[in-house]
Amino acid sequence: MSDMTDTAGPVLAADGTPLKRSLARALRRQKLRALLLIAPLLIFILVSFILPVVDMLYRSVQNGIVTNTLPRTVEALADWDASTGELPDEVVYAALAADLKEAAEAKIHTKVGTRLNYENPGMSSMFRKTGRKAKKFDLEAGGPWKEELIDINKGWGEHDNWRTIQTYSPTITSGYFLNAVDMRVGTDGPEMRPEDEQIYMKLLGRTLWMSLAITSCCILLAYPVAWLLANLPARKANILMILVLLPFWTSLLVRTSAWKILLQQQGVINDILVYVGLVADDSRLVIINNQFGTIVAMTHILLPFMILPMYSVMQTINPSYLRAAKSLGATDWTAFWRVYFPQTVPGIGAGSILVFILAIGYYITPALVGGTKGTFISNQIAFHISTSLNWGLASALGAILLAVVLVLYWAYDKIVGIDNVKLG
Amino acid sequence: MKLTKLAALAATTALCAPAAFAQEMANEMTLVSWGGAYQSSQIKAYVEPYLEMHPEVKVTWDESSAEAVAKLRAMNEAGNVTWDLVDVVASDSMRLCDEGLAVEIDPSADLAAAPDGTSAEDDFGDLLVSECFVPQIVYSTTFGYRTDLVGDTAPTSVCDVFDLEAYPGKRSLQKRPIDNMEWALFCDGVAKEDIYDTLGTDEGVSQALAKLDTIKDQVVWWTAGAETPQLLADGEVVMGSTFNGRLFSAIAEQNQPIGMLWDMQSFDLDGWIVPEGLPADRKARVMDFLKFATDTQRLADQAKYISYGPARASSAPLVGTHAELGIDMAPHMPTDPANATNVHIYDYEWWADNRDDLNAKFEAWLAK
Repeated sequence: MSDMTDTAGPVLAADGTPLKRSLARALRRQKLRALLLIAPLLIFILVSFILPVVDMLYRSVQNGIVTNTLPRTVEALADWDASTGELPDEVVYAALAADLKEAAEAKIHTKVGTRLNYENPGMSSMFRKTGRKAKKFDLEAGGPWKEELIDINKGWGEHDNWRTIQTYSPTITSGYFLNAVDMRVGTDGPEMRPEDEQIYMKLLGRTLWMSLAITSCCILLAYPVAWLLANLPARKANILMILVLLPFWTSLLVRTSAWKILLQQQGVINDILVYVGLVADDSRLVIINNQFGTIVAMTHILLPFMILPMYSVMQTINPSYLRAAKSLGATDWTAFWRVYFPQTVPGIGAGSILVFILAIGYYITPALVGGTKGTFISNQIAFHISTSLNWGLASALGAILLAVVLVLYWAYDKIVGIDNVKLG
Repeated sequence: MKLTKLAALAATTALCAPAAFAQEMANEMTLVSWGGAYQSSQIKAYVEPYLEMHPEVKVTWDESSAEAVAKLRAMNEAGNVTWDLVDVVASDSMRLCDEGLAVEIDPSADLAAAPDGTSAEDDFGDLLVSECFVPQIVYSTTFGYRTDLVGDTAPTSVCDVFDLEAYPGKRSLQKRPIDNMEWALFCDGVAKEDIYDTLGTDEGVSQALAKLDTIKDQVVWWTAGAETPQLLADGEVVMGSTFNGRLFSAIAEQNQPIGMLWDMQSFDLDGWIVPEGLPADRKARVMDFLKFATDTQRLADQAKYISYGPARASSAPLVGTHAELGIDMAPHMPTDPANATNVHIYDYEWWADNRDDLNAKFEAWLAK
């Protein structure tokens, strides 16, 4: 007791420094060591994952190219009122001639043409064709530029093209995001695109519901398999486990092509059905190149991602709980539904999140077996990344997809609780 | 034959020699192509003879042509271009040129003249569709049909594809607006020379899509060139479009019951581009190789291994027989006069302008 009363001064450590400071120092050293240990991983994730994602997200709004390539034109156009319906005056055309000459010499005029062409078809060739002549422009003696430019390409005499340049002159644009939700910048603010060009919202909706359907199919198929894996004797369970993992090690393309051979109209399944007499030869089932084909093939491909978390959770469930429930008078169903099933929910949750998020980003399988009605929004993202080179639109679509996944994740956390997810 | 080859070889070595002394050349080259039979035809026709002359050079291949445009842009942004010569289709070469990702080629300085003295510019003629592009082959997207599934009268016109009464069954088309829209308009009565004017209007697009609507539920859409030959072999479709070389190998090499429908075949080009931003020594090497690989004899040699037409006018008379099958290759070329009675010339400039727009409309139509 006498020690306790002696608290007037700070508690000292063995070396005479206050214990608090000594402890803090020791803890700080520990934290630093921990940080150093994970530093390679942290740096790796930062460089190879976070930074590229941020860079891609930035591309979806970035639009410096117009101002950087055509600085004088953008400045001169600031005073032009598009709503009058009149073409800009000679000052703007002269500025454009100067900008184009400079850009053509640096060979960057076609880049800005490509950018503006995303918004207004035809502008790419305007810049390409004018650029060829622009190198020879005599800025001092030439002109008047309005006539000369319209003479080179009549596109310069079209009001709509000038409005596009003006609309897309700010360095930050909402154009890509508007495009990604089937809208565009109209004469008075954002408006919906014409119906025959609306595609992305439809594809996004389809991607979500089909991913949900695939996840549900996976749950239904994986649950009994995982239960068997967890409850069979070790020898048999191991063989079954190899059967689960074997397709996992096979190339994705091989598995998808195999489904083609099975499901096509002259394929194995239809042949058997015709042979047995269930289906007439002239009315073979269409079970590929549609949504059904995509759901079947993707369920098969993603099934291991559902089975494995379920299995590892089920393995930890003590079988005596079920016996206890039954000995207390529960029927088989009640024992399963009230005692066993709730304990497997974390496994279902983990598997579902894995499968759903993987499914949402799939594009090879839908492209091969999805036909026209079974393709995903990721197929359009892939198209814009590798074929049309419209990376801004691709990142806007990607950002929307990312946001949707985060919202769903948040909703899952609210409804089921993220603590309730177990990978083993 | 042998003499011309020797003469060409002598001419090229003579032309190469001063360049070799003028500048230090790297001894490694990374070439990018499509893989498969096409890439092996390039290896046999261009690379092996070049390596015989320059045994110190090491060639690496990358089969990335399908994603070349996106990868080149990424490399360029990262400031580390690892490719030296890239095989791309003409429309991609235009895009790369527009983006400043490919080097402009001066045909008179960078390419070899024909043996008879015709300048490279005249020898390639209209096929030099972009300032950065050196064409190698003319290929076509055209139709093949199952000879045993089309009844007694084989299809002779592209419009038979749209005729479900005379030729019932599924057909495969490439999942993109290019070619399909043009064929649809042509078969809807639009004159060939008016196709692009019509397609430039909203009504024209609707007209083309309406024509495609008549066969929409009978179409299997393909994305990879190998799909149509497979679909034909399985009997999944009675006719389908694909690249003519794929049909040639299904017919001549695999003896499938497939016939060629050359009517309204759509000509396209494939060729080389040199990426922008190469160091001087690597660029010197690749320009040396490019000059050799696109001379008259080399382009003619390639046709021994694959049924694509050489892009030089002067190469056409030199096309011989298939290296393994021994059959005469000329009648299998898309450029052969008998096959080219009615061809569709695909307008690169027009598609460069309108592709994004029409793609959106086409995809929306597909998803309907």
